[in-house]
Amino acid sequence: RSKTPSLFSLPSPTPERLQQPPRKPDPRPYLCPAAAMPGGVDKIKNIVLVLSGKGGVGKTTVAVQIAQSMAAQGKKVGILDVDLCGPSVAKVLGLEGKEVMQSSEGWVPVYTDAQKSMCCMSIAFLLKNNDEAVVWRGPKKTAMIKQFVGDVVWGELDMLIIDTPPGTSDEQMATIEELKGAKLRGAVVVTTPQQVAVVDVQKEISFARKMGVRVLGVVENMSGFVCPCCQEVTDVFS
Amino acid sequence: MDNSAVPEACPGVESANAGKGSACAGCPNQQLCASGEAAKPDPAIQQIRQRLEGVKHKFLVLSGKGGVGKSTFSAQLAFALAGLDHQVGLLDIDICGPSQPKMMGVEGEQVTQSSLGWQPVYPLDNLGVISIGFLLSNTAEAVIWRGPKKNGMIKQFLKDVYWGDGLDYLVVDCPPGTSDEHLSVTSYLSASKVDGAVIVTTPQEMSLLDVRKEINFCRKVGVPVLGVVENMSGFVCAKCGTETLIFHPSSGGAEKMCQEMDVPFLGRIPLDKELMECCEKGTPYLAGIHSHEDEGELAEQIQNEGVCRKAMRSVVQGMVDGLGAA
Repeated sequence: RSKTPSLFSLPSPTPERLQQPPRKPDPRPYLCPAAAMPGGVDKIKNIVLVLSGKGGVGKTTVAVQIAQSMAAQGKKVGILDVDLCGPSVAKVLGLEGKEVMQSSEGWVPVYTDAQKSMCCMSIAFLLKNNDEAVVWRGPKKTAMIKQFVGDVVWGELDMLIIDTPPGTSDEQMATIEELKGAKLRGAVVVTTPQQVAVVDVQKEISFARKMGVRVLGVVENMSGFVCPCCQEVTDVFS
Repeated sequence: MDNSAVPEACPGVESANAGKGSACAGCPNQQLCASGEAAKPDPAIQQIRQRLEGVKHKFLVLSGKGGVGKSTFSAQLAFALAGLDHQVGLLDIDICGPSQPKMMGVEGEQVTQSSLGWQPVYPLDNLGVISIGFLLSNTAEAVIWRGPKKNGMIKQFLKDVYWGDGLDYLVVDCPPGTSDEHLSVTSYLSASKVDGAVIVTTPQEMSLLDVRKEINFCRKVGVPVLGVVENMSGFVCAKCGTETLIFHPSSGGAEKMCQEMDVPFLGRIPLDKELMECCEKGTPYLAGIHSHEDEGELAEQIQNEGVCRKAMRSVVQGMVDGLGAA
């Protein structure tokens, strides 16, 4: 397995060196932008990202619930998990242990049932062992996400929901860049009520705007706890 | 070093074939690797070792999973250690979502420069905090940086911050995951003696899945696991006293996982609205020398603490005892 290069000779950051170098065109033909690939997302009617600046607010829970609700209405839905370090979607959908098959057109996503109502792609399907840590730096994560978007035979889905890890870094940037030319409708931002989460969510909204992604709306999760015994509502997180 | 277009089959900078194999063709760093420049250890690692020589205990607060309470635990642990009259530093290396300025009650403060280095912000006399949050002019502004730029910032935090004449404890609050920030902080601290990592989790299997990965990451990079803390362990209704396990430990919770993975279990902290309020206001959760100057009063206050505070205090004391005398 190839190792990611280390950054031992990174020069000390000075204001000039902190400029991001311009992106060079990718010379490798097998990693072309999404829209040109036989696999890829060009036939998907709607793509929605689920974002949050903060971890643990319920992005995966909300993403899966949206996907399952739409599948129950008869729509063809896909769910892509670009959280490479902590992929949760496979577990939530009960698809742990499934493997990804290769076809002549690309990778075949894992279907939740025989009717193919919902399909899923996650790095969890590519790991031999669930406890194996994926210890990758940015460039390798970016390359994997490019493959998830461009090399998977998603087909003609009504909706593709993309579950992201928390933050405004490599994974989010790679996903948005790879979706250029595809029907990315916008992003749903999830938060919990506490101030620390709200501050991170403001950052995420600012990030979405800078990257040209429409914010479809904000969901406040874990909004209060109803005691099952006495029905008393406690605002645990606010 | 340009890391934006590294080929997937890169053999690694330290490999004998670095820069020479067919996989290296087209990589912008091929010359650096072929000449052997890239494999030389970063001089910053020794500079960081010198900078942190006076720090008696350094540990990382990690979790594979987000939102389990790493920052909450780091902040309250730092307050608790300062409350026990130790010199404490808190380093927040979450670049995208820095929570510590808010949780320590010092939002809006600035980091100053002196001839000795960057001066942390001091919410208490014996507790200094560093975070990228202090360097942002607008907290709602996103920090949209890729890995290499984040690594550069972390290196500066470790190399250029002057923590004072000697710290008893340096707590490093990390973001969730096993990526750039984690690799960088462990590699930059490789020559400085790091006591280990404390891993925070919530009881449900969804979190434990990611925590097992984090424990394996620590083993891979050679950082000892000091133990695992189970946060949000249960909620007691203030009205009727019923305990509900909101984040149900379907697979036995953190304690069972610790037995399976052979790591110490440091304790459980229940969900407490007061703990959340302390984090919103940036105040200490546990009583200490700053809240009670009189020793007798402090001892009485500690004795009368509720179940949740007692749980937190027992975890902190367990850690202090485990690390040895400061």
